[in-house]
Amino acid sequence: MDFYLSKEHLMAKQLFNDFAVNEVEPWAEETDEFHRFPWEVVHKMQEVGLLGIPFPKELGGQGCDTLVYILAVEEISKVCATSGVILSAHTSLAADAIYMHGTDEQKEKFLRPLIDGRKLGSFALTEAEAGTDAAGQQTKAVRDGDEWLINGSKIFITNAQVADTYVVFAMTDKAAGTRGISAFIIEKGTPGFTFGPPEKKMGIRGSSTCELIFEDCRIPIGNLLGREGKGFGIAMSTLDGGRIGIAAQALGIAEGALEKTVQYVKERKQFNSPIAKFQNTQFVLAQMKTDIEAVRWLVYHAALKKDSGKPFSNEAAMAKLKASQVASDVTRECVQLHGGYGFIQGFHVERMMRDAKITEIYEGTSEVMKMVISASLLK
Amino acid sequence: MNIIVCIKQVPDTTEVRLDPVKGTLIRQDVPSIMNPDDKAGLEAALRLKDERGAHVTVISMGPRQADAVLREALAMGADEAYLITDSAFSGADTWATSSTLAAAISKLDYDLIITGRQAIDGDTAQVGPETAEHLGIPHISYCEELQIEGNEVVVKRQFEDRYQIVSAKMPALITALGELNKPRYMTPGGIFEAYREKEVIVWSRNDVPVEDENIGLKGSPTRVIKTNPKKLKQPGTVIETGVDESVQYLVEKLKEKYIL
Repeated sequence: MDFYLSKEHLMAKQLFNDFAVNEVEPWAEETDEFHRFPWEVVHKMQEVGLLGIPFPKELGGQGCDTLVYILAVEEISKVCATSGVILSAHTSLAADAIYMHGTDEQKEKFLRPLIDGRKLGSFALTEAEAGTDAAGQQTKAVRDGDEWLINGSKIFITNAQVADTYVVFAMTDKAAGTRGISAFIIEKGTPGFTFGPPEKKMGIRGSSTCELIFEDCRIPIGNLLGREGKGFGIAMSTLDGGRIGIAAQALGIAEGALEKTVQYVKERKQFNSPIAKFQNTQFVLAQMKTDIEAVRWLVYHAALKKDSGKPFSNEAAMAKLKASQVASDVTRECVQLHGGYGFIQGFHVERMMRDAKITEIYEGTSEVMKMVISASLLK
Repeated sequence: MNIIVCIKQVPDTTEVRLDPVKGTLIRQDVPSIMNPDDKAGLEAALRLKDERGAHVTVISMGPRQADAVLREALAMGADEAYLITDSAFSGADTWATSSTLAAAISKLDYDLIITGRQAIDGDTAQVGPETAEHLGIPHISYCEELQIEGNEVVVKRQFEDRYQIVSAKMPALITALGELNKPRYMTPGGIFEAYREKEVIVWSRNDVPVEDENIGLKGSPTRVIKTNPKKLKQPGTVIETGVDESVQYLVEKLKEKYIL
């Protein structure tokens, strides 16, 4: 038992750091400013194998573990939270749902192109009236001969317009409540499947977020993911994994903001002295660093727990709850240490502070994380 | 086709500082990296492997920690790795290093050997060509482009103001410039394979057929007597006058320094 990364994990971290600095950071400001999807970054991620990190080589993946994948999300999010969530939604929501619940045929047809980097994935659960209350799904799927007929819509979907393959949840038996939800795999270009206009967001502005609209959309019966009526369980277990990804994104945002701030306080002079010489600066930096290191082990531990095959919902919830809080707190303090420059575009921390907020909301709000954690205490 | 690439682990000199008093390198906390010219050489070998198929072997002489750059090479796509390490080899200058490397390489099959032009920690640019001499094969240095034509390697060889196109019958050795290409990234799966499925074969003193008088510090004719750090230059003087006066001023200054 130790708290050090293995040599291979350290080398992977170094790779992701080089990749982030050379291939991701140069696009980060533009991605945010123009709400522009960073295709250059995604193509590079495809080239280097980053879209299939925790999946077996036999399926076209990299054959690594969850911790390696988490290190990738962390390092990339240090410089660009938008790129971090693209990777996270693709890997731990779309691809992992199919990997965990798909048939061999579905894995060959839908998963292989996702993890060998040819296609991008997306996961659609949230609806206008069904956010935290995921059981309130209105989207319906009705069996019609050899097909499923899908009607309804999903909102706030990450990788919406840019993805090729979607894991979509719909009610197959409204009366059965959560036991009436099923999961489906739907491909872009299927007739009856269209998109709403892109959302204008406070942060992670380059990521593609919009509504998915299904109007008499027909898909083959073979596109049912898992068994009929088991969709709620699939959604919840997939989100458990997704939360570790978001926790890693939050950790990365906090680390990235701290790095920029350490550099800034050494250069910025007031009263003839770099502001790093002032004790207020030193104390704030020390607190931030301590919070970040505490979060790091929560996040890595959740990843290791997932790989151990044991239940990890609690660890994932605690990691996401704490990491997202720390990301918000740290980025806010970093803006404060930058003073007026922290409020100006181009100094990065302003963007990072806006990006951090969403980590407290998506893939389960902080309040949902508290429900999960307290439920395990009070059972 | 068998390609051997020689790589060296070096301190990342962009992050090295000098001790202002002792004039020595402060190596503490300086990350170690694969020497950039060597990395370009490895990339060239891997491209040949992608294009026409080749078996790429990487070899490094250095301390145990040099294992890391060999694993990195494996993670980029090299097939086999050898680490030549022994206290008997330490303190080697370019003569002893090239003698050792050549002896180790003589045990392996090769059509082409690629080394970097020079290492960023020593900048001698001697080990590649010397290795070729020990092996008795032709070498072409300063390669900025290369291709294989039949049993020849054809190289665009860089000079300050021109280039040469030179070919050599293989087996041959070339020394690669960093400008040769942009090396690929490792892949995450490649890293796992490099540590979990592949091995770095370690050769010590007795595995390398080289004479005692040509290895290590004792086998090194080079002696470093003293090193001097570069002194900082004085800030320049700015003179703002008309053209005629400036010329006059410059001529006087140059005479003063005995340049004119």
